Amino acid sequence: MNAVTVSDVSKIYTQGDVKVMALNKVSLKVDAGEFVAIAGPSGSGKTTLLNLIGGLDSPDTGHISVNGKAFEKMSSGDLAELRLTQIGFVFQSYNLIPVFTAEENVEYILQLQGVGKKERKQRARAMLDDVGLEGKYDRKPSQLSGGQQQRVAVARSLVSNPTIILADEPTANLDSVNGESLLQTMREMNEKHNVTFIFSTHDAMVMEASKRLITMKDGAIAGDQVK
Amino acid sequence: MNDLKLAWRNIWRHTRRSILTMMAIGFASLLLVFMLSFQFGSYESMIDASVKLSTGHLQVQAAGYNEKPEMRKVVPNPGVVMDILSRTPGIEAFTARSQTFVLASSEDRTRGIMVMGVNPETEKGVLSIATLIREGEYLSPRAPNTVIIGTLLARRLKIGVGRELTILGQSRNGSIAATVVTVGGIFKTGIDEVDRSTVQMLLSDFDALFAMDGAVHAIVATARELLQVGEVKKALQNDPGLKDLAVLDWVDLSPGLKQSIQLDLVSGIIMYLILIIVVAFSIMNTFLMAVFERTREFGVMMAIGTTPRRLVKVMLMESMFMTGMGLLFGMLAGAALTQYFAQVGIPMGGAADLMAQYGISGRIFPRLSWATLLIGPAMIGVVTFLTALVPALRIPGLKPADAMKAV
Ligand SMILES: Nc1ncnc2c1ncn2[C@@H]1O[C@H](COP(=O)(O)OP(=O)(O)OP(=O)(O)O)[C@@H](O)[C@H]1O
Ligand SMILES: [Mg+2]
Repeated sequence: MNAVTVSDVSKIYTQGDVKVMALNKVSLKVDAGEFVAIAGPSGSGKTTLLNLIGGLDSPDTGHISVNGKAFEKMSSGDLAELRLTQIGFVFQSYNLIPVFTAEENVEYILQLQGVGKKERKQRARAMLDDVGLEGKYDRKPSQLSGGQQQRVAVARSLVSNPTIILADEPTANLDSVNGESLLQTMREMNEKHNVTFIFSTHDAMVMEASKRLITMKDGAIAGDQVK
Repeated sequence: MNDLKLAWRNIWRHTRRSILTMMAIGFASLLLVFMLSFQFGSYESMIDASVKLSTGHLQVQAAGYNEKPEMRKVVPNPGVVMDILSRTPGIEAFTARSQTFVLASSEDRTRGIMVMGVNPETEKGVLSIATLIREGEYLSPRAPNTVIIGTLLARRLKIGVGRELTILGQSRNGSIAATVVTVGGIFKTGIDEVDRSTVQMLLSDFDALFAMDGAVHAIVATARELLQVGEVKKALQNDPGLKDLAVLDWVDLSPGLKQSIQLDLVSGIIMYLILIIVVAFSIMNTFLMAVFERTREFGVMMAIGTTPRRLVKVMLMESMFMTGMGLLFGMLAGAALTQYFAQVGIPMGGAADLMAQYGISGRIFPRLSWATLLIGPAMIGVVTFLTALVPALRIPGLKPADAMKAV
């Protein structure tokens, strides 16, 4: 079974009279355990594709399924449930819940999953330690640097043990040291726990580290290269 | 648990806005608690005064007498009625009474007045005129051919205690009834109409003067509690011994009183509704803003797996926290304010016309009850909840991708 199947998916944005073909009949299969980078010029459709795979938006035509579940039959609540249990997200900008501390942000997902309080705290802290935030558990997002916030977001996406992680330019706002260590963490998760990664990037170093590189252009897949 | 924490902290993201909203809710409920207590307090004193001074809670009369009082419409055997009353539970006291219109003349003047025959012994237990004597003495069986008259009437007839009054009327059988009586006392009820036109005499004098032959026009009774009146009335109406007679309660006896109360209540309710609508809009505004400014955050939360349902729940918890705190403040402050004025009373000044008609003088004492404490805040609570529902229900329609692009 494929982790992700995208077949003949198109997405058109309409702004006033202007129609933008953000995705044009894209088809793609990703197997469980793959470590896929999506590259391409700005506006080529990377974010749109990731959003569709995560069920954050719906395609105009075509089908998407994740772990064998077809999206078109699912309600917004079902999709949220699927994301909660199987998909982790890391966004380009940090997107934490501002009134929660670092620890609470990570813990919240576990609570949504129904994990008990004690285990929740343990796992949240361990995850924050893993991304290098030990001792900063009680800081609110506004008291963390951009890179630190991004690492909280990564911890949040990993803590729920998803099978797939979707990351939209995860290293774009990090310096090269932080970027590299984040990439390191991602590869470890991929290799140890067989988590599937699909991430977009402009970063040559990240493309280098990927095991499969998909190149997009004008809403279509221009190249697909397995290393 | 974390959802509660989330809702609670979200409230304090905009401390000032949230406090203003809670204060709007709080002051609205404070106002409602106080106003309703005030209104019900004033109704109670109006009813009480009217009942004590003229009608009693209940009367048994000849059928049709209340609609069109006529001398010949009598309760022929008052003893039978009084027997029934004395064994009806819920009745506190009762007394027999007769009345008719006559001409009363002093040396200088003549007036059309109402003369009432009362039994001073039992009358005291039902009505309070005995306590309202300003000059002279109340009626006594030992002083026949003596009357008491209202202050305004005494002034009009230019007459005082010890002076004589000529009464001219028609007796039950249609013959002329005339007599001379002595003024033994002057009373002041505060109800102008009563003070201007009423004379009371002994029921035995009335009986003799108007050839009543033992019959009376009404048996006036009071119930132990105002709220029992309906029940007692029903019991009496079903009593076979009273089946040819009419059993009337204070509403039947003074329909104007009930109408004034209803009118006052309706105008009050309209005002309260306007108040509640204003509060509702202020809440709606707060919550619409909260949803708009957090759209992006909702997108993120949905992206990490929060169901729209859960987000709606968090929003509603926020609204319930805020409403709850506002209502709690409003009820406590409203109850405190009401209890304070329930002790000292509220001076009515010149605006007491309506009240004066029903014999309430000077001060109104608001009355706090569970009803007046809860009705207003409960209405605000329901309306606020519904108002908060409107913006919250926008959340499930959001697409996470669009929401995350919102600023
Ligand atoms: N909500 C939207 N409304 C209208 N057009 C949109 C919207 N979102 C994206 N687009 C357009 O769709 C196309 C694809 O956008 P997308 O964000 O997927 O590009 P991208 O490859 O992620 O670019 P970048 O590298 O700059 O992040 C672009 O032309 C963009 O302008
Ligand atoms: Mg993008």
